[in-house]
Amino acid sequence: MSDGGTGSDGRMSIAAKLGLNVFKLDKEPHIVIDHEICRAVCTKKVCVTVCPADLYELNDEGDVVVNWEGCLECGTCLICCDERALTWHYPRGQFGVQHRMS
Amino acid sequence: MERVECIVVGGGLAGLAAAYGLASEGVEVMLLERGDYPGSKNVTGGRLYTSALQEVYPELWEEAPFERPVMRELITLMAEGRQVTLEIAADSFTVPKPQSYTVIRAKLDRWLADKVTEKGGMVVTNILVDTLIKEGDKVIGIRAGEDEIGADVTIIAEGVLGLVSEAAGLRDKPAAASHALGYKEVIELPAGVIEDRWHLNSGEGAAQLFMGSVTMGMMGGGFLYTNKESVALGIVVGMDWMRRRPDDLESWQLLDGLKQLPQIRPLIAGGTVAEYSAHAIAEGGIAKVPKLLGDGYLMTGDAAGLSLNALVTVRGMDFAIASGYYAARAVLEARKTGDFSAASLSCYQTCLDHSFVLQDLRTAQAVPHVMENPRLFDHYPDAVTRLLEQVFTIGPGPTKRLMSTVFRGVRRDFLNVATLKDANQFRKL
Repeated sequence: MSDGGTGSDGRMSIAAKLGLNVFKLDKEPHIVIDHEICRAVCTKKVCVTVCPADLYELNDEGDVVVNWEGCLECGTCLICCDERALTWHYPRGQFGVQHRMS
Repeated sequence: MERVECIVVGGGLAGLAAAYGLASEGVEVMLLERGDYPGSKNVTGGRLYTSALQEVYPELWEEAPFERPVMRELITLMAEGRQVTLEIAADSFTVPKPQSYTVIRAKLDRWLADKVTEKGGMVVTNILVDTLIKEGDKVIGIRAGEDEIGADVTIIAEGVLGLVSEAAGLRDKPAAASHALGYKEVIELPAGVIEDRWHLNSGEGAAQLFMGSVTMGMMGGGFLYTNKESVALGIVVGMDWMRRRPDDLESWQLLDGLKQLPQIRPLIAGGTVAEYSAHAIAEGGIAKVPKLLGDGYLMTGDAAGLSLNALVTVRGMDFAIASGYYAARAVLEARKTGDFSAASLSCYQTCLDHSFVLQDLRTAQAVPHVMENPRLFDHYPDAVTRLLEQVFTIGPGPTKRLMSTVFRGVRRDFLNVATLKDANQFRKL
């Protein structure tokens, strides 16, 4: 059997990997970006490259947006953002990722 | 305000170990966990070294739901287009008792939480602690949503990000320079396939580390741990190294790169990816450990920076369990007088000072600096693999004498000023 469907050959998108996880979504985001800080002082946009779930991207206006729903709650973006443009909490109790095998 | 004797913030191994010790002695302890069950938010590589836990709840480890005892250690040095794997099997890894086991936190933590409950401790899930309540410098309880709960003493086991303790001024914000990102896929494979691929007898496990081009020159490496019916395959990479990269490389791409290598593909062929997870790892060593206690509180596990990446051995969970154990002992001691001031709780510091936790962190105090040496992650894996590649190569033309090939490689890659300087630095390890 080829691995195409199961993805163990590495040809699996991040979205497909996140799709395997159990997420319980809150209505409100637990990560909020202060766009004014991003625009005013941030030149590197490291959040886009450090996030292991690939949740950060630049929109058409050039602003950073985050697809917080797929957050693995590792906090790497928070630690790496020296500009402190992120308001980052853990999701409220009973929400967020729920690991079964990690 | 509702009151209990002791609150534990977080249901990872540190918090559970603390709660178990307290509940066992009849202390009214309430552990608050934000996930659906303890372990649901927790991520390990993962392997737990149990060798240092012989005096820490020895009754527990006999029946713990571990995955496999690790009897084979593999180190794979990687460069573009070639790899060298050193495979170490030693009787002492497993006899008389295994020194380490692969683990799945969702199973292990959940099981330990059941043990806490059996002893009469309260494990409350789906509760996120928002803040500590302080009275001056003294921690007197916690706030979670609308609820406030008071306690004689609060054991902080909230994990590596330390959001609650940072907000209360008990520790600093984690810095990118002293943290790594770890992330992994759990890939399901039948037990027999795992045993065949890693040369294991039934039930035995392997741990494999990958160093070199796997992180594209950055501090870190790849890891693979065999569970019962899955393998955890992942990457650790220094956050500051990722941040400093001039190109657009994204952290998640490193694992896909590893999985696509022709040398790695056969290890996971036919497997089914079942979960994807990530975690921050404190790698700052003893220098970054915050104050471990104060009036009304104790800091444990990852929240206190108690983890150690010594290049080939990576530890954190055993430190977490031991710190939870000593935190419980300190609370029991303080409870005799009813005084939970810093002075009264100070035996926690003393116990940790005399335990493997702080002793091993002190022994390894040079490690974080050595790990900053980029040649560890590019030059050495490159040079070692090239030398061995040449030794095993028969080209189309006349072949040089074996020793001439070896000497030429050694002279070029190892007998120079940079290597001598490195050797001097590595001596401190």
